[in-house]
Amino acid sequence: MGFQAYVGQGWVLSKLEQLINWGRSRSPWPLPYGTACCGIEMMAALASGYDMARFGAERPSFSPRQADVLIEAGTITKKMVPVLRRIYDQMAEPKWVIAMGACACSGGVFRTYSTLQGIDQVIPVDVYVPGCPPRPEGLIYALLQLMEKIKQDHPLYPQLAELKKGV
Amino acid sequence: MDFQERVKACVGDDLVSMTEFRGDVSVTVPRTRIVQVLTRLKEAEGLKFDFLSDLFGVDNSALGKGKKKGKKEDEEAPAAPKPPRYEVVYLLLSIEYNHRLMVKVQVEEGQMEVPTVTSIWKAANWPEREVFDMFGIRFKGHPNMKRLLMWDGFPAHPLRKDYPLEGEGEERRLVYGDA
Ligand code: SF4
Repeated sequence: MGFQAYVGQGWVLSKLEQLINWGRSRSPWPLPYGTACCGIEMMAALASGYDMARFGAERPSFSPRQADVLIEAGTITKKMVPVLRRIYDQMAEPKWVIAMGACACSGGVFRTYSTLQGIDQVIPVDVYVPGCPPRPEGLIYALLQLMEKIKQDHPLYPQLAELKKGV
Repeated sequence: MDFQERVKACVGDDLVSMTEFRGDVSVTVPRTRIVQVLTRLKEAEGLKFDFLSDLFGVDNSALGKGKKKGKKEDEEAPAAPKPPRYEVVYLLLSIEYNHRLMVKVQVEEGQMEVPTVTSIWKAANWPEREVFDMFGIRFKGHPNMKRLLMWDGFPAHPLRKDYPLEGEGEERRLVYGDA
């Protein structure tokens, strides 16, 4: 289900929801949050060789307030949990999370008292990328999957519900 | 005098036991005498252990548990007397002679205090804090006896054998600043 529109002279006809999703899914600005070795692979994916900007991840945003996708690449120690939570909370809606690497998905090889056993224990995750570390292709595939997911969103449903209540 | 005899002479009356395993010599000394022994070892002619290459703790409480399968009972050596629960181990290196020596002190539960060796080697500062963090052994006279790796409010000592592998969920109450 992509963006369908009918174009005429001076007008475009489409569903507003599709238009919004089209815009959102094609500009998922990432917040690169590399905490360990996976971060190197994420840098490779963002740099010119693999060039994730082709898919609209144009500008790695180092401010959570201007980012849409949190790419959590690396081990999260338990001491890091409040920081991760805070960064996630600071991101403006709509926001999505990619958990990159075995560590971010499940704790990976670090089954210890000091490592969080998967970031989904503290923040919601949309796409998991397995691998230790995943190749840049893996991350790009995750981004494409995320774009598919965004396209299936219903960004106007909350407003519609409000309208029905007569607010 | 060979190396072992020189060590023996230097440690003197403070020697509790001395073992050698594949060329690695280790000596055990009383907990309260560690500063004096290490000072002598550092300064003794012919030994000059001037470099503390590591300092760490050991929890012996699981010693002998989980033995290898397929080994018959009678093949095993008679059970050695159980050592005290904790040990603190000092790995020394002599840069001048390229000798290495392992010095151990045994720490019983209930007497969890060892004199600090930061007065001999400044390098002992952080390893001692780590031992305190992980095992709860305090170092008397240490300039800054705080946790090194876990956060300040952490309620346990995670390298003790009775601590669960994945922790007890202490991080759920962890907050920084006004977060
Ligand atoms: S998953 Fe592997 S490569 Fe990635 S951060 Fe963990 S240990 Fe490093």
